[in-house]
Amino acid sequence: MEQYEPDRLSPAQLAAMRRSIGSGRASLTRRSLLRASTGGALALGGLGTLSACGIPAAKNTAGVSSEDHSAKEKQISFSNWTEYMDIDESEKHHPTLDAFAKRTGIKVKYTEDINDNVEFFGKIKPQLAAGQPTGRDLICVTDWLAARLIRFGWVQKLDASNLPHAYANLSQQFRTPDWDPGRAYSYPWTGISTVIAYNKKALDGEEVKSVSDMLDNPKLKGRIGFLSEMRDSIGMTLLDMGKDPGKFTDDDYDAAVARLQKAVDKGQIRRFTGNDYTSDLTKGDFAACIAWAGDVVQLKADSPDVDFVIPDSGYMTSTDNLLVPNKARHKTNAERLIDYYYEPGPAAALAAYINYVCPVDGVKPELAKIDEDAANNPLIIPDAAMAAKSRSFRSLSSKEETAYEEKFAKLTGA
Amino acid sequence: MTTVTDAPPLAPTPAPKERPPRKRGRLTPYWLLLPGILWLLVFFALPMVYQASTSVQTGSLEEGYKVTWHFATYWDAVADYWPQFLRSIAYAGTATILCLLLGYPLAYLIAFRAGRWRNLILILVIAPFFTSFLIRTLAWKTILADGGPVVGALNSLHVLDVTSWLGITAGDRVLATPLAVVCGLTYNFLPFMILPLYTSLERIDGRLHEAAGDLYAKPFTTFRRVTFPLSMPGVVSGTLLTFIPASGDYVNADLLGSTDTRMVGNVIQTQFLRILDYPTAAALSFILMAGILAIVTLYIRKSGTEDLV
Repeated sequence: MEQYEPDRLSPAQLAAMRRSIGSGRASLTRRSLLRASTGGALALGGLGTLSACGIPAAKNTAGVSSEDHSAKEKQISFSNWTEYMDIDESEKHHPTLDAFAKRTGIKVKYTEDINDNVEFFGKIKPQLAAGQPTGRDLICVTDWLAARLIRFGWVQKLDASNLPHAYANLSQQFRTPDWDPGRAYSYPWTGISTVIAYNKKALDGEEVKSVSDMLDNPKLKGRIGFLSEMRDSIGMTLLDMGKDPGKFTDDDYDAAVARLQKAVDKGQIRRFTGNDYTSDLTKGDFAACIAWAGDVVQLKADSPDVDFVIPDSGYMTSTDNLLVPNKARHKTNAERLIDYYYEPGPAAALAAYINYVCPVDGVKPELAKIDEDAANNPLIIPDAAMAAKSRSFRSLSSKEETAYEEKFAKLTGA
Repeated sequence: MTTVTDAPPLAPTPAPKERPPRKRGRLTPYWLLLPGILWLLVFFALPMVYQASTSVQTGSLEEGYKVTWHFATYWDAVADYWPQFLRSIAYAGTATILCLLLGYPLAYLIAFRAGRWRNLILILVIAPFFTSFLIRTLAWKTILADGGPVVGALNSLHVLDVTSWLGITAGDRVLATPLAVVCGLTYNFLPFMILPLYTSLERIDGRLHEAAGDLYAKPFTTFRRVTFPLSMPGVVSGTLLTFIPASGDYVNADLLGSTDTRMVGNVIQTQFLRILDYPTAAALSFILMAGILAIVTLYIRKSGTEDLV
């Protein structure tokens, strides 16, 4: 170790130091620098600058014209959720995507950069609001966000002539959502069923068959989980109260929030969670929770205690949808990819891997060839009884969305 | 390693004959600072101005946001979310004190007693940082799981009965309670406390302890009169490095907490991402910043270290 001693400095060095630290007006002390930079920042942040900021109205950038470079550039950039695509054992190749590239010559840049709808919206909002390209040709987001993007005019109308399979094979139950009737802008990638999952061991003999059982059984106090996704938690509660999430009123909504608030206040509900409910459920910290069926299918495989139940009052269905954002360079290529996944072969290969509801009709025989169990699982290919119980949340206006999310946020503590 | 024992005394050294400084030289320090200043402007000043502007705007995404000098947003934010502000300060403060209580003995041990194990222990302190913040927090969910050995042991020792009575746990569980959040914060920020403490303790000349002993100071007196005062810069910077990020943290409250443990970071996140109320989110951020600045200024004044400001 070397000690830093003042007498080792040469006189010239000391003079240089002194000059730079403490000579006259040019002297540079920390305080003067602080003062200078604060002054600068304040000047910069002057009223003029503050007023100049602002976010342009969504309608100003709605439907900005986009040039399609599909013919010249045989490529497409596809943003999707993690673990939402089949993958081979080496964990490097996506077989269905490779087959698509081989057949069409279109190279797919596949990115798993969507983890959360709200976060992803935060990520692409600045570009879309400014009418700039997002660098993505195809994105996959949940109903309500798809509805919002369509409402703002930030996604492109699809060309039906490029989507023959998609048009013919889309399941009846997904054809006419109230936010995109006739699927002019969007096609479902998968359907998501929201059900009640439970851990047999943690239930310890108690029975959970409905949301009421979850909220009212004092023996399950502090071991009940709900989702931080407003539409799933409120939707399931509305169903339990005998209301239709497809056409409810403000009062119905408030009543559902009040019902959950009561359960929060008495400590019945432990947490509102995102995807991380899976670990609470498998460890038994949750005895029962609202859950996404696709996850439960996968969890069941690893932990035998986990199972699910579909309440008599029905369950919530939503979809993750493929959309082409404004200013995408390869719209036609994107449409060809959507159409490809509506052919029974690729659709079956995908469904066999991701275990969510397959939105494509006529997939069952193809899927049975790959995985007999999956083909007979009503959570993947819903049967008539299952489809009859499914309900979806009605679309909301911007005003309603803000008001409802705010009430729900108060419920979850923030 | 180089240790700086003392700032070089500049004044007493005899001044050599120097040429008058050339004009160009006067600007040199500023040129050297240019990259830093640009960095501050682009990544600090500009976003701050932008957020300040956002906080006084009104509108919606559909209609666009315009600056309307709507300062009421600030008032509404405080009125609606003061419990979360207080909670943030309380949790961060508790975590900081716990970090100091845990970190000081360890830093002392590393600095004075560890001998050849010093580097190994330092690596062990930093090692958890090789994994992500999120993974480390999630690991606590496994450690503190309801059916896990830790909670089992605490239950059979009736510790949780006491903590439940104090209101920091609920029933027979630790997760989803204030205790879990504070533990998570303490764990995640502990190295930020230990490292500054270690550097300031390590600088203390061991001979000072001997000298104190020679003057008949008991070990505790030595610590109180010599070691602790000399380590104050480490204590102050350690507490700041822990308190400031902890009070804005939302990951621990989100993963280890429940509805009644949400901190102001969670509110900002929800307002910004979910409700899309950008003005309120920006206002909350500024209130938090002002609050922390006030607390920190007061603290530094009280602790009397001019080293940091």
